[in-house]
Amino acid sequence: MKKGIVLTAAVALLMGLAPFFLSLFHLNLFTEILILGIFSLSLNVLVGYTGMVSLGHAAFFGVGAYAAGIAAKEMSPNLLATLPIALIATIMVAAVIGMFCMKVSGFYFLMLTLAFSQMIYSFIHQSTDLTGGSNGLSGIPAPVAGGIDFSNPVLLFYFILGVFFSVYAGLSLLVHSPFGQVLVGIRENETRMRSMGYNTTRYKYASFIIAGALGGLAGSLYTSFNGFISPIDVYWTMSGSVLIMVIIGGAGTMAGPVLGAALIVILETIVSSYTHSWMMIIGIIFIIFVVFFPKGLTGIAQSIMHRMTRSKSGYKENHSKAVLKKNA
Amino acid sequence: MKSEPILQVDGVAKSFGGLNILKNLTFDVRKGERIGIIGPNGAGKTTFYNLLAGDLDPSKGTIHYCGKNITSMPNYKRARTGIVRTFQKNNLLTELTVLENLLLVLQRKEGMGHIWFKRRHRKKYPSLFQKADELLHTWGLEQQTNKVVKSLSYGEQRQIEILLGIATEPNVLLLDEPTAGMSQAETDYIVDLLRKLPKSLTLMIIEHDLDVVFGLADRMIVLYNGEILVEGDPHLVRNDKRVNDIYIGQEADLSASS
Repeated sequence: MKKGIVLTAAVALLMGLAPFFLSLFHLNLFTEILILGIFSLSLNVLVGYTGMVSLGHAAFFGVGAYAAGIAAKEMSPNLLATLPIALIATIMVAAVIGMFCMKVSGFYFLMLTLAFSQMIYSFIHQSTDLTGGSNGLSGIPAPVAGGIDFSNPVLLFYFILGVFFSVYAGLSLLVHSPFGQVLVGIRENETRMRSMGYNTTRYKYASFIIAGALGGLAGSLYTSFNGFISPIDVYWTMSGSVLIMVIIGGAGTMAGPVLGAALIVILETIVSSYTHSWMMIIGIIFIIFVVFFPKGLTGIAQSIMHRMTRSKSGYKENHSKAVLKKNA
Repeated sequence: MKSEPILQVDGVAKSFGGLNILKNLTFDVRKGERIGIIGPNGAGKTTFYNLLAGDLDPSKGTIHYCGKNITSMPNYKRARTGIVRTFQKNNLLTELTVLENLLLVLQRKEGMGHIWFKRRHRKKYPSLFQKADELLHTWGLEQQTNKVVKSLSYGEQRQIEILLGIATEPNVLLLDEPTAGMSQAETDYIVDLLRKLPKSLTLMIIEHDLDVVFGLADRMIVLYNGEILVEGDPHLVRNDKRVNDIYIGQEADLSASS
């Protein structure tokens, strides 16, 4: 336990010092990783901890991103306005979509989330007056808050890092809380949870809305960071990418989705500078992970750690539990 | 022993497609009764439990619990009001530890399910964990506390299946073949624990092991082809010719299923 705290502090410190040793290009890359890290952490609540595999999570990213962008353009670029507006918008959308999606499970849940997200995509794509249509929403002013101008990438990095830490800490607490353990219980055996007296539908709905809200938060940060948002980021391939991040990183763990996001963003940047078919490379890596390392990057790290500390035997709780069950 | 009926089953039937699994069941259960339910395979025993626990809706008839009509009450609400079942096939959270399984039951009892801002840790919830420890001690499972359920023996998992039901502190406990697949020693141990359950608990028990069920029950219900064939005192049922005919006729089935 103490070793974990030391490790976390060291990683946090290193991340906080990143602007001092990274070039601007790499700092921006890191910021993007943090944003997509929040996005994959949000999906992980649903996929990794509640056992509900969604293929429509880009919808919330998009709603948050466009809500923040439109609010910044039409009202004020102040983060104290754009972030709450984006959050409220995504919560409302998630609440409505969730009501329908709670009626089904497994494969049908996946298809329904996909259908809803594509509906949102086509709405954004076609509402040219509001969203700029296929050209995307451009000319979004740089965010400000409390007299600080976040057009400075270092300041924006620190802001996003702060949000990232808050989300990470909040979710770490949530998944180990009684509420989070109910979600894990639903992932493992929903029937049993119902006969224990849990209204599982309500918990799944709550999980869906939390995941949606945090996905929207990631989207709004993305707009603030990029100053531009296009319908491509709401398309179902985005939902696929974030699902891949969660699975490659290790679903049902806290660090996994962030590592997954980092791996995909870095691969995308490196590989796409050499070849256009970088999606194929990522596809191959995904297949390798699913077949040989189903527990993802965190699973690999754990087995290495386990091997190193095997001499010091003793029971340790295994937090990376098998998820994505066959029937899901 | 006359007391208020806690369960009133009135004309309950269940059919799947054209197949009538249960036909017109009617009987009352009084508080604190120990009812044994026997019958050959396919008699409709487990289907009957599904109806009582709310896992299935009856095609016809009504079920009253403490005078209240619960026929269309969903299963999780029935569990909350005190009708709790265990499963014929172990239905546990197999990737979690024994303690984690039990804590989920206990934290629901305490109404803690919505707390998300506090770790579920021994230091934060001492009384919750203490209760879990006590139950595991009573059931002789303290060695298994932190073991993942799927790593346990079948008999131990069976014990946890029953323990999860009892930990809910139900008013009516529906046990579905609790000792199936257990060794004789394990069976004796469980039967002893079941005997020690509080007298206020109403217990219904489906069991193929006739020694177990006759030892526990103070009333027997024999189901056959979806109907009550015989009902009453265990001694009368044991000596009933029709019951003996069924059971001798099904002897091969019985040994195959247990």
